Amino acid sequence: MKELFVLVEHRRGELRDITFEMLTKGRELSQKINADLTAILLGHNLKEFAKRLADHTKKVLIVDDARLENFNAEAYQRVLSHLISERKPSLTLIGHTAFGVDLAPSLATELNVPLATDCIDLDFEEGELIVVRQVYGGKVNVKASLRKSESYIVTLRPATFESQEIKPLGGEVVELASPLSEDIEYKRFIEFFELPAGEVDITAADIIVAVGRGIKEADNMPIVKKLAEALGGVLACSRPIVDKGWLPKDRQVGTSGKTVKSKLYIAIGISGQFQHVSGMKNADLIIVINKDSKAPIFQAADYGVVEDLFKVVPTLTDRILEEKTYTS
Amino acid sequence: MDKEGKGMDVIVCVKRVPESAEAEIVIDKSGKRVKTEDLVFDINEWDDYALEEAVLLKEKLGGSVTAVTVGSEDADSTLRKCLARGADRAIRLTDKAFAGSDGYAIAKILYRAIKDLRFDLILTGTQAGDDGYAQVGVVLAELLGIPHATMVKKIEVKEGFVRVNRELEGGLEEVVEVKLPAMLAIQTGINEPRYVSVMGIRKARQKEIKVLGLRDIGLREEDVGESGSWIAVEKMFIPPVEKEAVILTGGLDEIATKIVEILRARGLV
Repeated sequence: MKELFVLVEHRRGELRDITFEMLTKGRELSQKINADLTAILLGHNLKEFAKRLADHTKKVLIVDDARLENFNAEAYQRVLSHLISERKPSLTLIGHTAFGVDLAPSLATELNVPLATDCIDLDFEEGELIVVRQVYGGKVNVKASLRKSESYIVTLRPATFESQEIKPLGGEVVELASPLSEDIEYKRFIEFFELPAGEVDITAADIIVAVGRGIKEADNMPIVKKLAEALGGVLACSRPIVDKGWLPKDRQVGTSGKTVKSKLYIAIGISGQFQHVSGMKNADLIIVINKDSKAPIFQAADYGVVEDLFKVVPTLTDRILEEKTYTS
Repeated sequence: MDKEGKGMDVIVCVKRVPESAEAEIVIDKSGKRVKTEDLVFDINEWDDYALEEAVLLKEKLGGSVTAVTVGSEDADSTLRKCLARGADRAIRLTDKAFAGSDGYAIAKILYRAIKDLRFDLILTGTQAGDDGYAQVGVVLAELLGIPHATMVKKIEVKEGFVRVNRELEGGLEEVVEVKLPAMLAIQTGINEPRYVSVMGIRKARQKEIKVLGLRDIGLREEDVGESGSWIAVEKMFIPPVEKEAVILTGGLDEIATKIVEILRARGLV
């Protein structure tokens, strides 16, 4: 029987959402190509995870080894290359996460198995693997084909597919002997490092004004700060603003920052790469101000303004201050 | 390292890409590429941070910085920038046969050019702002048989290894130690890329850019381009609109009034 592998992602005792998102897509594809959906679970003390995963799959393959407790690309690669060469799955799905980005390219190279990274969709068409990826910061989609092969590796973009609640499948749990014979010499996990909390917790805010690259200069920051103040909200931002040091990291909304669910989210000069959108798309009301009508951020918006932020934002701030004086 | 074993020899792999965050991107007639005539090109943002990190390491520890790129003659502007910012040498890998290469084929080209050079560290950006494969550095490391770490936000050089912070999701980082020589893929925000001085630009103009082609690095045509790639672009298209935002139009005052009305209706002002 053919197999379709899904590499389980877990961290600090938690299964990560991407695992179940991959299982959703993996289930659909495995039915299409008539393969067993097989979760690959590497780590240490995995019983609880295995039980949960068995409900979602045909099979759970476990390698329990203390050297796999925390993700380590070197150790994971050794185990996976062994499993893939031995069992030749038609496809191995890995998350396009900090974990997958560190692992998939070297694994594919070692095995000489074609790899497509950061995919938002994939399908088998007459035995050939077709993927959809986003390029130019999400402004363009690419449909691409992979070189014909008996096995493929794909990294899947997080938050692209939904985790599904399904009727428990009661999959078989199979424990394999660890193929790790020697020490992991080249790469060593030391510790997790939690960034210190700042003075403002943006995840607790009802009103968020978020600013992105479109603000251009540090000197322009007061423009958006004033709007946030006028609304009685907090100022947050997308990644480039933190990279430039204009706001601290704890103000960053997105995959590597915070996920917010505010009542109001005004995104100003933010183009809307998926990393940012995944952190704010669940806000109740989203208003976007951006001069590029094609910016992906508009896809997440309830209301959009296609205008120069340097003109709209000060006018809006004045209007809100007027409104507040009027009503108070 | 120099003869006394001091300093770090760093190779930084860079790419010239169009700025796309603030630009309108249009697909050309072939349906497989975007129109580049009206776009502004510069060093890939992630590589810019990698370049800065390489120069900072040289300034702190001694050693050298070599910038390498795969691209057309236009990529000289990117290499000149590297030289002006503090790189000592620059190599451009150029050949008609390289067209259509994916991240894997690009890594093979870089591997051939780099494998006989002396280095302690290879730095590159975690991903590129155009095709965003986020794989070239890691494939290159595997081909060279050296360890790697991606999404790097901090580097400390120790005796024979580096201690790095990798950026994970949700404001978390992990600290890992990687033996040297190693490849580190840099995440944005690790440092503050410096501006180039006029003096630096002048000096950079006199430095030589070494140009190598397919045969110079011992590759065959089938190793690169589409035939040497894992993935081939079939077509490009504008992402379908899943949720249509209501676009507020009119003069500035009108737009502001409309927003205030929306907020008032929800009790937000």
